[in-house]
Amino acid sequence: MPAVQETIDRVRSIDVDQYKYGFFTDIESDKAPKGLNEDIIRFISAKKEEPEWMLEWRLDAYRRWLTMTEPTWARVEYPPIDFNDIYYYSAPKTAAGPKSLDEVDPELLATYEKLGIPLREQEILAGVEPKNRVAVDAVFDSVSVVTTFKEELKKAGVIFCSISEAMREHPELVRKYLGTVVPVTDNFYATLNSAVFTDGSFVYVPEGVRCPMELSTYFRINEQNTGQFERTLIIADKGAYVSYLEGCTAPQRDENQLHAAVVELIALDDAEIKYSTVQNWYPGDSEGKGGIYNFVTKRGDCRGKNSKISWTQVETGSAITWKYPSCILRGDNSRGEFYSIAVSNGCQQIDSGTKMMHLGKNTSSRIISKGISAGRSQNTYRGLVSAHRKASNARNFTQCDSLLIGQDCGAHTVPYIESKNATAVFEHEATTSKISDDQMFYCQQRGLSGEEAVALIVNGFVKDVIQQLPMEFAVEAQKLISISLEGSVG
Amino acid sequence: MNMEPRGMESHAETEIAELFDKLRQDLPGAAEVARSREAAFAAFRQNGLPHRRVEDWKYSDLRNRLKSVPAFAAPRDDAAAGAIVAAAGDVYAAVDRYRLVLVDGRFHAGLSDVAALASEGVVVRPLAEALAEDGADLFEVPEIAADNAAIGLNAIFCGDGLVLTIADNTRLSKPVEIVHALSADAAVSTAERVVVKAGAGSEVTLLETFVGGTEGSFANSVSDFRVATGAKLVAARLQTEAAGTTHVGTALVTQDADSAVKLIGAGIGAGFARHQSFVRFNGENSRADLLGITMVRGGQHVDQTLVVDHAVPHCDSRELFKTVVDDDAKGIFQGKIIVRPHAQKTDGQMMTQSLLLSEHADMALKPELEIFADDVQCAHGATSGQIDEDLLFYLRARGIPEAEARTLLVLAFLSEAVEEIGDEVVVEAFEERIRSWLSAKE
Repeated sequence: MPAVQETIDRVRSIDVDQYKYGFFTDIESDKAPKGLNEDIIRFISAKKEEPEWMLEWRLDAYRRWLTMTEPTWARVEYPPIDFNDIYYYSAPKTAAGPKSLDEVDPELLATYEKLGIPLREQEILAGVEPKNRVAVDAVFDSVSVVTTFKEELKKAGVIFCSISEAMREHPELVRKYLGTVVPVTDNFYATLNSAVFTDGSFVYVPEGVRCPMELSTYFRINEQNTGQFERTLIIADKGAYVSYLEGCTAPQRDENQLHAAVVELIALDDAEIKYSTVQNWYPGDSEGKGGIYNFVTKRGDCRGKNSKISWTQVETGSAITWKYPSCILRGDNSRGEFYSIAVSNGCQQIDSGTKMMHLGKNTSSRIISKGISAGRSQNTYRGLVSAHRKASNARNFTQCDSLLIGQDCGAHTVPYIESKNATAVFEHEATTSKISDDQMFYCQQRGLSGEEAVALIVNGFVKDVIQQLPMEFAVEAQKLISISLEGSVG
Repeated sequence: MNMEPRGMESHAETEIAELFDKLRQDLPGAAEVARSREAAFAAFRQNGLPHRRVEDWKYSDLRNRLKSVPAFAAPRDDAAAGAIVAAAGDVYAAVDRYRLVLVDGRFHAGLSDVAALASEGVVVRPLAEALAEDGADLFEVPEIAADNAAIGLNAIFCGDGLVLTIADNTRLSKPVEIVHALSADAAVSTAERVVVKAGAGSEVTLLETFVGGTEGSFANSVSDFRVATGAKLVAARLQTEAAGTTHVGTALVTQDADSAVKLIGAGIGAGFARHQSFVRFNGENSRADLLGITMVRGGQHVDQTLVVDHAVPHCDSRELFKTVVDDDAKGIFQGKIIVRPHAQKTDGQMMTQSLLLSEHADMALKPELEIFADDVQCAHGATSGQIDEDLLFYLRARGIPEAEARTLLVLAFLSEAVEEIGDEVVVEAFEERIRSWLSAKE
């Protein structure tokens, strides 16, 4: 298999330093004072020149948040977070206001360049395959610094911009859909996000339009002590199709940083949204010092008939991941999919999974989750599949497999299956095993080193999910998995 | 624990506190036993009855179910107790077995085959007596069950029950039936405990039956099976209590090395039933088989919860649970396999399947794996669905009327678990119950 050979080559060529995005860009930034109170929220809202209703919405969320307590049910452990010791707003000084590419601080462009995200349209245009172009919204700390290919997308009628810009340019759309999938009081972190979210991407694909290129947002946390609270809203109108990719990295630091995002997807009749994530936040060092707390609420609403939402995620980063991309299958004949690879090494803790809520008739869903734990990490799959009384002929197939590498790690499976309709058919299977000695022996006997053999076997283990990723991401994901597991066999 | 701060005390919780105040002086046991009762009561005062915000009781909200807690029954003579047992029916009438009888939580030696068992090397003692002598070790539970609210409630009130001590290398010639009968004329609470100490190399088959009861009865029993090295124990627990009862039944199993336990549970009766099993391996090369057959209809609510704790290497566990849900009933399965660090070479396989027969049947499944060792084979499967229309068509095409075809398919669904039972006596009794349940539909 050529892809596997490629991965092995990459593993071989990797530096000793495993996290290669750990650098910090020295750029002057504009910050709100540390801490959280109503003034900070007013400050954020004013900075973003938001309409009055938005400020009210935020303040309402904040007041509700004050009455809520942090969830403790996930299988993750961390010291209490001091929510007043975080900068809730930090923006590169030069980034205020919407910009054309030429005006963007070259320092920022260089940063994204280093991350492997070319923001210059012409460079992408010079690529061999014009079909594989990707439009990028680059979010740096709290603000979106640039969005590429906007003009071209506009011709197709697709709106792709930062959510702050959408609030100014398309308030009717934002107001109609914001918070309708993840309500303000959904959970502790979603409520916090509703109060303080700073930026994120907004996508609207109009009726009958197939988005002409892949859309992508690249999140970068740069400043110290900041939290990133982004909010993404994607709407696919009747018969529309969009494929969206999300990537993220952060510098290597000793402290823990909080990332609490909310992503809302809405698919109307016959629409389809494909959402792919490669999550590579800084995972902390091998002793578990530093790293990002990734507490994310992602939910898609298959609101229309025959709609489809598909989540694909590759989780390799973050000290702690707490994330359950879900689908509400409201429309009749709608379909939800969740493909996940969660790799944990070192002292990482992952508690991730999905919820498939079958409400409409003839809805179907599929969950494929592959967890790989190594080092001293803990990796939990937690998921819910439920059928409402009226969800006749709901179908679900779930497969979650865990692979353990080393004897100090843990792999856990916590599925909830709730059926209130007799015609619903749910199937769930889970396995946990280690890489067998036979498999290792077979590979090594053919001349592969121990590490190469693990990479090969792991690649086979996750193949089902990798196949679901857009091409550009698949390569990236395979590479990432190999890096994440480096040093796990010895 | 996921204990939420306490809200308002429910009526039943107040009643429980008042009951204990009234009874605490007269409950049997030495000072040490009294201390563990007080500790359990303190925990109850703090947490109350388990409710839906406590993760393990998410689907079975006992606080909501228990509107009122009836008093414990006064002692009866053997004649009155015998009448209650006779009225409750005898599932194993055709079986040659020893019988031990508990009525409303009290052991009746006069109705039991104590002497005959003694001649086979089995010492039977009333728990009330044993508590005074052995102290609190009879209330000891494995770590995985330590926080369990129902076991705690049992420890608070436990006044009687049985201690069965099977001598080393004893192989019983006949199965031992332990009858847990509830009176049908007045609602009572029970909190009995059966402690079985199976000596090294012994072999025994236990048939536990839970029968009788009426509207408002609240039975909360604990059966504690302590299985020594090389011992083999089969425990078949059949619960067919009356529709209005609330049944909480706990099976605790601790296994030493080279032992084998087969725990078979059938939940058919009671309006609200929670069957919970906790298995802990303390010695290597042991095996546990857990089988569950649950059939519910009407407004019944039946919960099968189990935790298997692989604390040592080289142990195997198999769990197979089948649930049939009809009408508006609700079925629940929660199963957890824990593999502790260094419990290498563990092999744990858990399967749960449910069949929904009516439009409003409700099923919740939560099969969990919690694994901290890498060289293990663990898997679970869970399915939920209705009768396969193709199979039904196949049978009808061969001239079998629809109702009969459905019955056949339900039987076929359950038979996989029934066949695993192995013991002919138990298979026949269970099949009989399944058939009568199915024929009671019309």
